[in-house]
Amino acid sequence: MTENNETLNKGRNAQWRVELRNSVPNKDRVALERVKMTEVEPHERIKSQVCEVNCGLTAEQAVTEARRCMDCVTPTCVEGCPVNIDIPRFVKQIEAGKFLDAAATLKEYSALPAVCGRVCPQEKQCEIKCFYTQKMKKDPVAIGYLERFAADYERQSGKIQIPQVEARNGIKVAAIGSGPSSLSFAGDMIKLGYDVTVFEALHEIGGVLKYGIPEFRLPNSVVDVELENLKEMGVNFEKNFVVGRTASFDDLKELGYKAFFVGSGAGLPNFMNIPGENLNGVMSSNEYLTRVNLMYANQSDSDTPVMLGKRVAVIGGGNTAMDAVRTSKRLGAERSIIIYRRSLEEMPARVEEIKHAMEEGVEFMNLANPVEYLPDTTGRVAKARLQRMKLGEPDASGRRRPVPIDGDIVELDVDLVIVAIGVSPNPLIPACLPGLKMTRYGTIEVNEETMQSSVPEIFAGGDIVRGGATVILAMGDGRRAAASMHRYLQEKYAKK
Amino acid sequence: MNKIIEKYNLSEHVAKFVIEAPMIAKSRKPGNFVILRIGEKGERIPLTIVDSDIEKGTITLIVQNVGVSSGKLCQLAAGDFITDLVGPLGKATHIHKAGTILALGGGVGIAPLFPIVKAFKQAGNRVLTVLAARSKDLIILEKEMREWSDEVLVMTDDGSSGRKGLVTEGAEEFIKREKVDECVAIGPAIMMKFCALTTKKYDIPTQVSLNTIMVDGTGMCGACRVTVNGETKFTCIDGPEFNAHQIDFDELLQRLRAYKNEEDQAKNKK
Repeated sequence: MTENNETLNKGRNAQWRVELRNSVPNKDRVALERVKMTEVEPHERIKSQVCEVNCGLTAEQAVTEARRCMDCVTPTCVEGCPVNIDIPRFVKQIEAGKFLDAAATLKEYSALPAVCGRVCPQEKQCEIKCFYTQKMKKDPVAIGYLERFAADYERQSGKIQIPQVEARNGIKVAAIGSGPSSLSFAGDMIKLGYDVTVFEALHEIGGVLKYGIPEFRLPNSVVDVELENLKEMGVNFEKNFVVGRTASFDDLKELGYKAFFVGSGAGLPNFMNIPGENLNGVMSSNEYLTRVNLMYANQSDSDTPVMLGKRVAVIGGGNTAMDAVRTSKRLGAERSIIIYRRSLEEMPARVEEIKHAMEEGVEFMNLANPVEYLPDTTGRVAKARLQRMKLGEPDASGRRRPVPIDGDIVELDVDLVIVAIGVSPNPLIPACLPGLKMTRYGTIEVNEETMQSSVPEIFAGGDIVRGGATVILAMGDGRRAAASMHRYLQEKYAKK
Repeated sequence: MNKIIEKYNLSEHVAKFVIEAPMIAKSRKPGNFVILRIGEKGERIPLTIVDSDIEKGTITLIVQNVGVSSGKLCQLAAGDFITDLVGPLGKATHIHKAGTILALGGGVGIAPLFPIVKAFKQAGNRVLTVLAARSKDLIILEKEMREWSDEVLVMTDDGSSGRKGLVTEGAEEFIKREKVDECVAIGPAIMMKFCALTTKKYDIPTQVSLNTIMVDGTGMCGACRVTVNGETKFTCIDGPEFNAHQIDFDELLQRLRAYKNEEDQAKNKK
């Protein structure tokens, strides 16, 4: 990353940055309090699946927040960012009121800034590395809010800038899946001059951004604008196309594709394999969220149904569990309950999601784990039998292991159970490529630096490699894969 | 968008579509299905591919008008477009030379049975086919089935075509007459359940093709879960064909009714 450090430094020494830095004494910057995100009131927002909870910052709020950033000599925040955004540059551009420039800076690094500004766990990435967090034990600069501000400002200004792309080099590459890793890959490859096609199995582009994350957290219209940018840059999108099925890898090679990026995701929901799990009214969070987010099953003019519950239990403590439980509230549940086998402290969901869920009236039944579901007379789930747990010694993940309390089993009345305990890699692609080396977890084995698989022309990233992670980590994989595929293709083809 | 090239009404409620889909036509195998969607708020519905023509670049689908989504499809005509069509999905039928194959088709299940009958015949098997339905107008593809079967027995509940009786009676007639090496049965879940019980009596390995509730069809949602040999399987990626003697049919029947209320409401509304 020394190359990146040089770029960062060069930018930092630009005259406008120096002047801006000197214009406000550091003690005044430090004295400012971190901005509070305006949110729609809980009782209002739970009336709608599409009402975004966070309202975004005003220009004034953004400039003030950006002023807190001290434009450090060694910006550790950048190290925390999986796609290495030049954070101080875009933050200072906001402080200087150059909002469109800030958006352009983001787009140099990220194909989806408006998305990342909303769903990245900044508190675990850039913001945890912020000078304020690290050295002053104060609230970090709200980098995520500022990212969202710049991206939203640009979108709403009507002056959307399309990043520069190099002259077409005529080399065809494919991305498989259209989630965050593939989109990030496609954005970088199109900039480098490749002929890029993104293949998607579903009828909508966006992967988990569309079928998974609900609109109250990430509006589809925000995703669509970012997709439109990629289209403007020249990326082709093929929907309703299952690579390996609709056409084989060999078919695509015959059509001239020289290399592939597999970002097919971890689209296989895990179940607990406990009695009663196949009762009606027990479903995966993928199914529940897909019906609502992708198929609009909650709208009256949609042909797709969704089961509604009055007493909804969501099993799991991750972001997906929060998305599902908050969706159930919005679809009219009287009780929406998180059932999690550890305690609140170990919960993997973002702090913000947990807070929002609590504000919306979601109940948390921690240290409980379902062991069986019982039906009513019609065969629909009516009760969950829950094993009470206590915390034992830390396990491999460093979190304290949940241990069952002997004989302590409670029954909970439920009429809908949503299982959100994680996903496994989708086996469709690996099944089509017998030569591809897999790990014992069913993920594609890649070189961690280059994201190259055991088949030289196939690269992979995101959840098909990680098994279940975040949007931004997937995007980082996409970027790294693009950089190394570029080297690979240049060596192989460009010299001819 | 895929164009409908031809449409025929096979009966009042059953229609046959020939649809432009050159890549699927080329890559599909017997047993595969597609998922399609009509309209921007349409539902994703799975349908088994009945046949394909690689040269013309078309696939054939047969659909029975049973609900809102199949109803929308049935209203389309030649020249219209299918909003979304994706496939081929699911594992292909294991076609091999087994000897004598007993093929049992019930109602519109005769459609997905057809490519399997054809493929088994082409693989050099003797194929005995039973086509069963409530009445004459629900017996489809009889001519085509006769072309690819060594013998065809038609059974109807009311005796309006062929013999009066159930599919299992026809099946047993063949089984008692000659040695049957394998059986494949496709139709309503309840029909497949009883076919499985019948062939189990005679210890004949039997495959059935399940038409469960699905959303994406690529393993993502798990709506299509089915218990096979005590284990949960996904019909979309582990199936749609399974060993009939290992399926928990009662659970399957229960799961097929999961959205009954919602479906009834939707039908009444439209």
